Amino acid sequence: MSRLSELVESRERHIVTAEFPSIDGGGLDAVRSKLDPLLPYVDAINATDNPAAHAHASNVSIAIALATLGAEPILQVVCRDRNRIAQQADIMGAALFGVENICALTGDDVTAGDEPEARRVFDLDSPQLIRVARGLAEGRYLSGRPIANPPRLFIGAVENPSAPPLDYRVKRAALKSNEGARFLQLQICYYPDRLEKFITGCVAEGIDVPTALLPTVCLTKSARALTFMHDNVPGIDVPDDIRRRVASAANPAEESYQVTREIAQHALSLRGVAGLHITDFRHDGSLARLVGDLGLRP
Amino acid sequence: MRLLPIVEHAVKGRVWDCRMCGQCVLHSTGMTCPMTCPKTLRNGPCGGVREDGHCEVTPEMECVWTVAERRSRSVINPNAWEREFDHLRPPVDNRLRGTASWSNLFSGRDRQTPLGWDGATYSPDLTVESSLGEVDDIDSLDAGFHERNPLP
Ligand code: SF4
Repeated sequence: MSRLSELVESRERHIVTAEFPSIDGGGLDAVRSKLDPLLPYVDAINATDNPAAHAHASNVSIAIALATLGAEPILQVVCRDRNRIAQQADIMGAALFGVENICALTGDDVTAGDEPEARRVFDLDSPQLIRVARGLAEGRYLSGRPIANPPRLFIGAVENPSAPPLDYRVKRAALKSNEGARFLQLQICYYPDRLEKFITGCVAEGIDVPTALLPTVCLTKSARALTFMHDNVPGIDVPDDIRRRVASAANPAEESYQVTREIAQHALSLRGVAGLHITDFRHDGSLARLVGDLGLRP
Repeated sequence: MRLLPIVEHAVKGRVWDCRMCGQCVLHSTGMTCPMTCPKTLRNGPCGGVREDGHCEVTPEMECVWTVAERRSRSVINPNAWEREFDHLRPPVDNRLRGTASWSNLFSGRDRQTPLGWDGATYSPDLTVESSLGEVDDIDSLDAGFHERNPLP
């Protein structure tokens, strides 16, 4: 059983997951040097799948590398780049190496990346992919071909609590939970009221019981970074007042950290939140500091 | 029958910007064609919908699923259809592209899904590998195999 699945089951403490930085070469040493500063502070780490539609070392290769180096990977599988055959093959292949945690997501469009002329696939969508992955764990491919030794899988997904149509997002979380998502990493949300409304809705529907809700917080260093995300990352909106607050601060890096800490603290205070997912763009020890400041103890 | 796809496209293409996926789900999506979503999502909006409700990929267009969700709640939309909005729609059968969903609806072809979708499996006897294996291992053939599979 994966550590993540045990924690989701027991809820004995808050769960911490994090995004692994993209790797473009340098062998396993490159993976190790990015992993070392993360490993003591997190329960599981996302092996990302060509994030923001930029090609990097593949999700499967990074997941296997993380497992080899003693970390617990979460294999992200996006729907943008591969059809249903390749997606199933990737999940099965990674499982051969002990990768159990899967995170199914639609994926940013190719136009968000540096190869906007690429063909987009989207053969399955994310709720369908959850169902297909569950089928693999139950011993069959989507075709119905039986799998003699089904892989052990712990399946999760992503939801955006702060993208329109806001009222519908809880229903979408319910759809994913019903199909078998046992954790939902929530897209970074700079509107505490929206997150609160989403979480309250999930609690009212009972989604938070079978499915661990993990809001994302993002460690950045400057107002420029926030503006870049606001302008370029699909589904992320950073309100003006937050950008202004960081831009006008005497120490923008420290102010950025404080913004993130406040958002994280608020998220953890909500009933129904099982932990946090952290994306670190600073790489300056802030992740360790945040985990310490919040009293999280992976 | 060959005329039907042309007629269907002439009507639905005009009204709903139909993309002829051959397995129409318009009634369950607030009469909004999900194949006009640039990601061809069948089960609701992606996480990239913009603050103003417009599409991540085509900013000048309102997100297809924002429209679909609003229309599914419209008073003129039958309740049963509104409830179906939240049901999981199966993956697209890419073989049906360009065929008439009207005849596929009539024949039930549009509701056929891969066996594994609903938890069923097929007999592994039918796989290429096991069939080839049988050629080498005469004992593995079950009784009546040759009667059921006569040589040409
Ligand atoms: S924003 Fe809406 S229409 Fe655009 S790709 Fe996402 S779901 Fe499809």
